[in-house]
Amino acid sequence: MEKEMDLKKTEGMDRAGRIAGKTATYVLLTFWALIVLFPFYWMVLSSVKSYSAYNSEYIPRLFTLSPTLENYREAFTAVPLARYFANTVLFTAGTTGLMLVVTVLSAYAFARLNFRGKNLTFTLFLSLMMIPNELVVITNYVTVTNLDLRNTFSGLILPSVASVFYIYLLKENFEQVPDQLYYAAKVDGTSDFKYLWKVMMPICKPTIVTIAILKAIECWNSYVWPRLVTDDKMYFLVSNGIQEIRENGFGRENIPAMMAAVVVISVPLIVLFLVFRNAIMAGVSRGGTKG
Amino acid sequence: MEKKGLKGWLYLLPAILFLGFFLVYPLIDVFIYSAEEGYNFASQTSSGVGLYNYSYVLHDPYFLQAVKNTFILVVVTVPLSTGIALLISVGLNSIRPLRNLYQTVYFLPYVTNTLAVGLVFMILFKRTPYTDGLVNLFLSWFGRGPVDFIDGPYAAKMFVLCLYTIWVVMPFKILILTSALASVNQSYYNAARVDGTSKLRIFTRITLPMISPTIVYLVITGFIGAFKAYSDAVALFGTDLNTAGMNTIVGYVYDMLYGSSGGYPSYASAAAVILFVIVLTITCINLIVSKKHVYYVN
Amino acid sequence: MKVILQNLTKVFPGRGRKAKEVVAVKDFNFEIPDGRLIGLLGPSGCGKSTALNLLCGLLQPTEGKIFFGDDDVTQLAAEKRGVGMVFQNYALYPHLTVRQNILFPLENLKGADRPSKEEMNQRAQEAAKLVQIDELMDRRPAELSGGQQQRVAIARALVKMPRILLMDEPLSNLDARLRLQTREEIRRIQRETKITTIFVTHDQEEAMSISDLIVVMKEGVVQQIGKPQDVYDDPVNLFVAKFLGTPPINVFYGNVRAGRLYIGEEAVLDVQGVPDQEVYAAIRPEGFELKADGRLTCGLNRVEVMGRDISVVSAHACAESDSIRSIISAKNQVDASAGSVSFDIRPDKIFLFRKDNEERIRVSAG
Repeated sequence: MEKEMDLKKTEGMDRAGRIAGKTATYVLLTFWALIVLFPFYWMVLSSVKSYSAYNSEYIPRLFTLSPTLENYREAFTAVPLARYFANTVLFTAGTTGLMLVVTVLSAYAFARLNFRGKNLTFTLFLSLMMIPNELVVITNYVTVTNLDLRNTFSGLILPSVASVFYIYLLKENFEQVPDQLYYAAKVDGTSDFKYLWKVMMPICKPTIVTIAILKAIECWNSYVWPRLVTDDKMYFLVSNGIQEIRENGFGRENIPAMMAAVVVISVPLIVLFLVFRNAIMAGVSRGGTKG
Repeated sequence: MEKKGLKGWLYLLPAILFLGFFLVYPLIDVFIYSAEEGYNFASQTSSGVGLYNYSYVLHDPYFLQAVKNTFILVVVTVPLSTGIALLISVGLNSIRPLRNLYQTVYFLPYVTNTLAVGLVFMILFKRTPYTDGLVNLFLSWFGRGPVDFIDGPYAAKMFVLCLYTIWVVMPFKILILTSALASVNQSYYNAARVDGTSKLRIFTRITLPMISPTIVYLVITGFIGAFKAYSDAVALFGTDLNTAGMNTIVGYVYDMLYGSSGGYPSYASAAAVILFVIVLTITCINLIVSKKHVYYVN
Repeated sequence: MKVILQNLTKVFPGRGRKAKEVVAVKDFNFEIPDGRLIGLLGPSGCGKSTALNLLCGLLQPTEGKIFFGDDDVTQLAAEKRGVGMVFQNYALYPHLTVRQNILFPLENLKGADRPSKEEMNQRAQEAAKLVQIDELMDRRPAELSGGQQQRVAIARALVKMPRILLMDEPLSNLDARLRLQTREEIRRIQRETKITTIFVTHDQEEAMSISDLIVVMKEGVVQQIGKPQDVYDDPVNLFVAKFLGTPPINVFYGNVRAGRLYIGEEAVLDVQGVPDQEVYAAIRPEGFELKADGRLTCGLNRVEVMGRDISVVSAHACAESDSIRSIISAKNQVDASAGSVSFDIRPDKIFLFRKDNEERIRVSAG
């Protein structure tokens, strides 16, 4: 069977029209790329302008000739940015880790084990996907407050753990592992847990990595829940930190320092993205949504 | 078999606990809250059951403002972002060199902190005593007076909010549309070309129908997402959205729950339920309309 | 419509830094007579699909020219050539009904060429009738069987009254039974419409059975063009000889010494005038004649009875493959328990090829 050839690109088209079309396409694409990139550029640019230089520019300059790292020092000293950072890492790691345990176990149960009411339970799980977070956050807030968990990591992490969508995603992947492997393992006397740990998880590692990354991105950017349950700065995450910096931080006008803080909290995710680009994009296109 | 049945439930137990406690129970509870009149957070008592909370919320000018803002945001950003994303995806699909680079760049906003980049947008648009901001600099080239997009007129603020929202939602839409376009079998295009089909007709008669389920999916998720807008607004206008007149329905819920005007979970619940009903209704309308116009492969 | 290919060549640039460029079609010359059914035949990757895409204009040749009748269409874009094409996977638009699919090419026409609404419908109806799917006009492609989809694709290609009709592996997506039926159908439709039709296939039986002419290709180079029977009876090289015929031709390593062809130590044929050399001797299955003291003796493996014929499977140390398959009339009696079997060889069913370039060695009759 010969491969379906991709013929449309180059062949048989009017040459001049083709070049004009291509040019227009590239202009459009580049234009949008600039719109996407410009805020990042501006963020970095402002963060390396000195405080006095920035404020003396009534007309903002598109570049600087005397970059400084002073703002970064300021960002880490004037506000507890390092603290916010550490909190976020802890929150992200804790939530993602717990989520993985819960997700892997239940995906395995749905995909591999037999028990009464499995299908009904799975349908119920799926229907939970439709519940918007906004609807349940109110009671959760009250619950956490009543349990005296405000300004604790338990209060931050526990309500953020369960994700039905990831259970669904992983279950689908688990089901693609051939049954024969399971029976072979059973014949060899492998326990279910060992089979899950030694066979299923290694085979499905790409999906597990993907959902871990997606969850980590979600955690890193989460704002609403942390804002509700923390009012002690010692427990702020970066999003709340940014908001706090903006409203009470360096003084409203120290924008370069603010931008330095913004750069610092943006970099980890951008690095993560560039490293795991394909896994992230594949994972998102399989049904992730923002927020 | 008996033993095995138990084992299944054991594996499910953590998920059931988490989901039950933080998802199912709150879901039921929110409806109860929304119906309890005169609920006191401190004593956790209420004076009765009724629809007063809904009535209060529906007569609250802040809520009505939030509803108005949210609807404008939805109506402006969903069609615009979907349209632009379609345009860009079609362009992206027609090129080979640099395609990966463009795709990577376009996806960046997805992995950035909404609050953080929102700050950058604010700076670009804001007018302060020291500077008119970069955007106003551009405007002055076209002879337009400086506008304060952050603390100024409503239309200007709405414009920035819509712009930022579109900027934030584009990566997802471009990604999904690009892969939908790429999955249309090349032989349809070859067949159409042999039959002398014009480019416009190929697009409207072949490409669009083939990816219409994806477009519907994007429109529906776009509606849902835009109705839940909140952190974009916070990023641009600060946490006190009511004063800025830029609150959204979700923002109203949170403000009722917590923050300067907070402490009223009953009102928050009523507002959240109203939001849920609105979203559900619009999603159903979307699905019904699209049933008639969309081609689904099985 | 007569179609002329002149020095047609297509080179694909290599993908990646080190990749070599690929010559998909090399120096293809052919004058296709009007109103015939032509089979482009060759193994996968031989350039036959590329040749088809050059003809329909989806690809531009690197060199050479294509004429439809007297028109040079080499530079003409696909849509202006007026060709009908049936794609391998049919490329029926899944969201359109059969009728809409067939109407699609007509609706592309503009200005004076554009028929009226009634005429379009009438032409669509005629095309559908021709391929016998006029009952199915309001169905969607997904509701049709593979054979029906194939017919819709043909109708869609025919409705614009193409100058030539091209088909890419028209039968490959059908099951065996439908394949026989559909190839007869293609033959019938071509006869009725008298449109010059070129189809691509890797199945030699398919090509042989319905084509007026076949073109055998290998690695981008045309090996032989001719009527199916002529090519079968007179292959120009070992590749063509091997590619045509089921069961396949039997190839032996032989020697020509002093005007005689030796297979092993047995002289099986007189080949006057052929210089002494090592050769490939290829014998069609029907070229064996059972004879008690025949010139070629093989070890007998088994006998398969097929009703009209019997197939004798034997082995020989000088054969290229493990088993030699010969087809003889069922009137012959073969003792399956005998250790060996002897044949005479029909001179018109054995071909000699040079050992070095596998070209045919002609043996003068007599």
